[in-house]
Amino acid sequence: MKLNKNIAVSDNGFIFNPLSGDSFSTNPIGQEVIRLMKEQKTKEEIVKTLAQKYNSEEANIEKDLVDFFQMLLSYQLISEHE
Amino acid sequence: MTKLTYERPVIQKLNTGTMNKFGSRTEYTPVTHIEGVSVKSLMADYGSPLFVISEPQIRRNYQSAVRAFKTRYPKVQFAWSYKTNYLNAVCNVFHQEGAWAEVVSIFEYQKAIKNGVPGNKIIFNGPDKSADDLRTAINNHSLIHIDHFDELYMLIEIAQELKTKATVAIRVNMDTGIYPIWDRFGFNYENGQAWNAINKIMSAPELELHGLHCHIGTFMLSAGAYATAAWKLCDLAWNVKLKWNHMIQYLDLGGGFASANTLKGSYLQGSDIIPSTEDYADAIATTILNFGFKPDELPMLFLETGRSLIDDAGYLLGSVLATKRLSDGRRATIMDFGVNLLFTAFWYNHKISPAQEFSHHTEDMVLYGPLCMNIDCIRESINLPLLSKGDQVVVHRVGAYNMTQWMQFIQMRPNVVMVDAKQNVHLIRTKESIDTMLRYELVPEHLEQFKL
Repeated sequence: MKLNKNIAVSDNGFIFNPLSGDSFSTNPIGQEVIRLMKEQKTKEEIVKTLAQKYNSEEANIEKDLVDFFQMLLSYQLISEHE
Repeated sequence: MTKLTYERPVIQKLNTGTMNKFGSRTEYTPVTHIEGVSVKSLMADYGSPLFVISEPQIRRNYQSAVRAFKTRYPKVQFAWSYKTNYLNAVCNVFHQEGAWAEVVSIFEYQKAIKNGVPGNKIIFNGPDKSADDLRTAINNHSLIHIDHFDELYMLIEIAQELKTKATVAIRVNMDTGIYPIWDRFGFNYENGQAWNAINKIMSAPELELHGLHCHIGTFMLSAGAYATAAWKLCDLAWNVKLKWNHMIQYLDLGGGFASANTLKGSYLQGSDIIPSTEDYADAIATTILNFGFKPDELPMLFLETGRSLIDDAGYLLGSVLATKRLSDGRRATIMDFGVNLLFTAFWYNHKISPAQEFSHHTEDMVLYGPLCMNIDCIRESINLPLLSKGDQVVVHRVGAYNMTQWMQFIQMRPNVVMVDAKQNVHLIRTKESIDTMLRYELVPEHLEQFKL
C-alpha cells in the first residue's frame, strides 16, 4: 500500500496534497497507519502490527482499515486499493 | 503488556469558508448516568433499546410550570394531556402532583378512570366522541369540550334521554397571528361560529356552559399568540355575561408550549429560541387580569400543556448495530432504534450523546434505525465520536409523543423504566414479545395448514 507521490505528512497528523491543494487531518491511529504505509507495509502487515498494539481483533481492524483505504482513495491520496 | 485502547483510523478533509459567527456546538459529552443511575447498568438489566423516564424531572417540570402560572394568576388548574404520554406511571406522577386528566378518546378516558381520576376532573376533548362515550361522560359529570355542531346536537339529545344536565365547554379556533391556524378543531371565533354555538348551548336547558377552550397550535414559538387567544376567549366570556347574564367558570388555554428540542430546519438550537413557561404565563395571565372582570368573576384558568412537562424527562438508550460508508463517502451508523420508536425524529433533530468516553475525534454521519425501510432515518447529519458496533448512545428529550405514537412495525416495542427520586429503577411497561402480537391474530381453519 503506497501513498501517492508528493503527499506531505506532518508529525501531528496533518496531510497535504500539493496536487489538489487539499488538507486533511487524521487521528493517532490514522497517523500510525500512514506511517506504516510509508514503510511500504502491506495491509496484512499493518493489521497484525495494530492488533499486537491495540485491544481489538484482527477482523475488526481489517474492516476499519479497508474503510480507511477507501477514504484515502476517494481523497486521491492513494491510487489503488485492493 | 497492556494493549492500548483501539479507535478506528479516520481521515477528514479540512474545509475552510464554512465558519459562522455562532460556531458549531459539539454534542459528544458522554452521558453515563441518568438521575444517578448508570446507563450501562440500565441497558444490561433491561436491554437495548430502552426508554427511561425520570420521575424527579417530571415533578420539577410540573412544579415549575405551576409556580410560573400561580404567581401570576389566582386560579390555575393543570390537566395532564394523556395523548402526550399515557403510560399509567407517568399519568399518576402528574395526578399525584395535582393535575386533572385531559383526554381525547374514550380509550384515554377509560385509562384516566382506571387510574382513579374522578369523572368530574376529566376534560373530554377531541372530535371523536360516540353517543355511548357522551353518556359515560355525562353520567360521570366530566367536562365535555364540544368540537362540532354534530356533537352539540347529539349531546342535547342524549342529555334529554338521560334526563340530566351535561357540563360543557366549546373548543374555539381562531386567528392568533400564527400559521397554520388550527381551524379543524372546534368552532371559529372570527366568523361567528363560536358565538352561534354558545347561543345554542345557552338556549338548551340540558347543557350547562362552564368553559371556553382553545388550543392554538403545537410547539408555539410565540408567547404573544397566547395573549391574543386569551383575549378572544375573554371577549366571548364577556359577551356571554352581557347577553345571558351567565358567568363562564373557566377558560382553558390548552397546550402547545414548546420543549427545548430543535425543530428540523431551525438554524438555532431549540433551547436558544423557545419562550420560557414564564413568558407563556405572563402573556395569558396579564391578558385575563386586565380584561375587566371583577376579582370574584375571574374565571379559573385551565392548562393542558403536555410536551413541555414531559419531553426532557424521557430518554431513549440505544446501541450501534453497524457502521458503513455510503456511496458519496459519508459515514452511516445504524442504531437499534429507529422511527418506529422515535416518531419525533420526523420533527426534531434530537440531541444524541454517547454513553461512554471517546477521544476528541469526531465525524459527520447519518444515523439510521434498524428498519428495512428507507424512511428510517434518525438524523440526516450529526457530528459524533467514532462510534463502532456495540457502542451505546443516549437520545435526549423523547418523553413527549414517542411512547404513544410509537409503531409496532418490523420490530417490537422495548421496555420502559422509570427512575424515582431515590434512584430506584421501576419497570413501567414490559417489552413486547411474539406472543403479544399473536394474541390478537386469528387464522381461518382452511389456512392453518400448508406444504412447501
